[in-house]
Amino acid sequence: MSEPFARVTSRVISIPRANIDTDQICPARFLKITDKANLADALFFDWRFTPDGKRREPVSFIDEPVNAGRQILLAGDNFGAGSSREHAPWALRAWGIRAIVSTSFADIFSGNALKNALLPIVVSAERLAALQALVATAPDGEWIVDLEAQTVTLPSGESFAFAIDPFARTMILAGTDEIGYVRSKLPAIEAWEATHPARVDTREGAAAR
Amino acid sequence: MAEQPRTILEKIWDDHVVASDPGAPAILAIDLHLVHEVTSPQAFTGLRERGLKIRKPGQTVATADHSIPTLDPSLPIADELARKQLAQIEENCREFGIPFHGKGSPTRGIVHVIGPELGLTQPGMTIVCGDSHTATHGAFGALAFGIGTSEIEMVLATQTLLQRKPKTFRVEVTGRLQPGVGAKDIILALIARIGIGGGTGHVFEYTSSAIRALSMEERMTVCNMSIEGGARAGLIAPDETTFAYLKGRKFAPQGAAWDAAVARWRKLPTDAGATYDRTIVIDGDRLEPMVTYGTNPGMGVAVTGQIPALSDVEPGARDDLERALAYMGLEAGSSIAGRKLDVVFIGSCTNGRIEDMRAAASVLRGRHVADGLRVLVVPGSQQVKAQAESEGLDEVFRAAGAEWRESGCSMCIAMNGDQLEPGEYGISTSNRNFQGRQGKGGRTFLASPLTAAASAVTGVVTDPRTLVAAPQSSAVEAH
Ligand code: SF4
Repeated sequence: MSEPFARVTSRVISIPRANIDTDQICPARFLKITDKANLADALFFDWRFTPDGKRREPVSFIDEPVNAGRQILLAGDNFGAGSSREHAPWALRAWGIRAIVSTSFADIFSGNALKNALLPIVVSAERLAALQALVATAPDGEWIVDLEAQTVTLPSGESFAFAIDPFARTMILAGTDEIGYVRSKLPAIEAWEATHPARVDTREGAAAR
Repeated sequence: MAEQPRTILEKIWDDHVVASDPGAPAILAIDLHLVHEVTSPQAFTGLRERGLKIRKPGQTVATADHSIPTLDPSLPIADELARKQLAQIEENCREFGIPFHGKGSPTRGIVHVIGPELGLTQPGMTIVCGDSHTATHGAFGALAFGIGTSEIEMVLATQTLLQRKPKTFRVEVTGRLQPGVGAKDIILALIARIGIGGGTGHVFEYTSSAIRALSMEERMTVCNMSIEGGARAGLIAPDETTFAYLKGRKFAPQGAAWDAAVARWRKLPTDAGATYDRTIVIDGDRLEPMVTYGTNPGMGVAVTGQIPALSDVEPGARDDLERALAYMGLEAGSSIAGRKLDVVFIGSCTNGRIEDMRAAASVLRGRHVADGLRVLVVPGSQQVKAQAESEGLDEVFRAAGAEWRESGCSMCIAMNGDQLEPGEYGISTSNRNFQGRQGKGGRTFLASPLTAAASAVTGVVTDPRTLVAAPQSSAVEAH
């Protein structure tokens, strides 16, 4: 985690389909990298390119010039199903996405997203349908996602509140790191370990390897 | 004060909460951290940048499985990125002092296969890995779940995780399975019923007679795909089957420590009267072999059944179905059996254990795979490979015209060169049929080892009961 993050003002990209899995968001062959760089190109790769590597005709929505620079994604139910790869939120962030609005998110994806200051915003099915209709009719309206206030404000000025894990919210607003927080609790961890001996030692017999 | 009855999840949870600040998630102690080459490099980089060591190298273990080739291990690795990634994990393990079961090691294998077979996976533990199929280890009554790379770094640095307590979801599988029906069919049937987001926010606990009757290998198959139903973990309470499997394994407790451990493990099962947030009942007597037709694991039907017609699904799901069938090149409302295949893949952390190899061999023994079909049998670990070879199963596969490989994830995730070509149809014992999962443009049918092997013989999606009814060699049962 890096700089503090409070709000984003942006137009919206809508993908009105459910169950967008991590293999769509970032295909497995991009997982051979050993850093986090250059994942912007991997985002939704197979939707954008044919199996022989040519850009699809017509271009996928993500490559439409009008969508460049948009930071809010509106997606169908159960976004991020599948693998634990943090490459999925890395790719979304690298491309520029800062908030995703859907009716639900897969558990691991949601946790990974929050650790990368990518906001998973859950809305009701009715609200999702209304928002999708709104983007279809007013594709260039700007929305404001305000993490501090926990609200999304629509172009009409109307706004709605969203829930988010309060701890994750504090961390993202401050740009602080969970590892720092947990390391400040090391005395408690050590006290627990003193009464709970390790169940295994993976190094036993390690010399034989 | 009488103690509240608790589920096994609650017992393990309570046992591992180190601290919890108001409003903050609990700090949960982690007993075992499994590491592989794909999701860990950035976590080690993070540790280095912070100048931190690994807090508990003795509770951490690493292997290479995802991007490792399954061809002759003495050959150099052709893919440069994979080679770099594999060199990196070796280097990271050396630098940070983590035991590494790497290339050339007889104990290397898919991370979820080697944990149990080494006896590292034990009841009552908390186990994590940067891999969503960590749920596999729940078969032993451990709370085991997949984590992202930031969380890997957290566990490396602190041996704990920040977690909120999940909800409980009991999956009762009653009755007993019919011949030809197995663990894979249970889990595919569950996911077909609740959908791939059905378990979000929950941990499944699988209970009742059809689950109790399963071997450890089969229980692992069921728990493995909990994530495909949206649950981050799946659990099966430990019992005599669990203890018998673990006894004598390399990292299992020995002597007096074994007795003490078993006594502790016997207290884990859910108390009578404990309540769950949700419950579902599946009639095990009526299950049939399952096959998926679509592009997520919830799109499954009995092998004797039909792909749903558009009118069979809710209006909101029609787009999904149409898109999936367009990708798969299948028609709504048609039969799933008889679909032509190009490739058969038998392996993965779902079905790459010794019993899966035996099941596939029981069908292929004395038979030959269909003309023009490519059949890949990939053991889940080097130990599974050695065991299978000692039973002569490799010969059965080769004689049938299948390829027998080194262990690894292989065509489950298509990172190591084993993959479907665009447009090809594969039946696979792995766990995901997402678009492109097994290779760009590849089309996957998920099924059990019996169904995959039967389909290998005919070259089309086949109900295994049409083949296994015929008496086969008894050598398989003898083991
Ligand atoms: S076999 Fe497949 S699902 Fe299992 S760990 Fe490997 S890639 Fe993941």
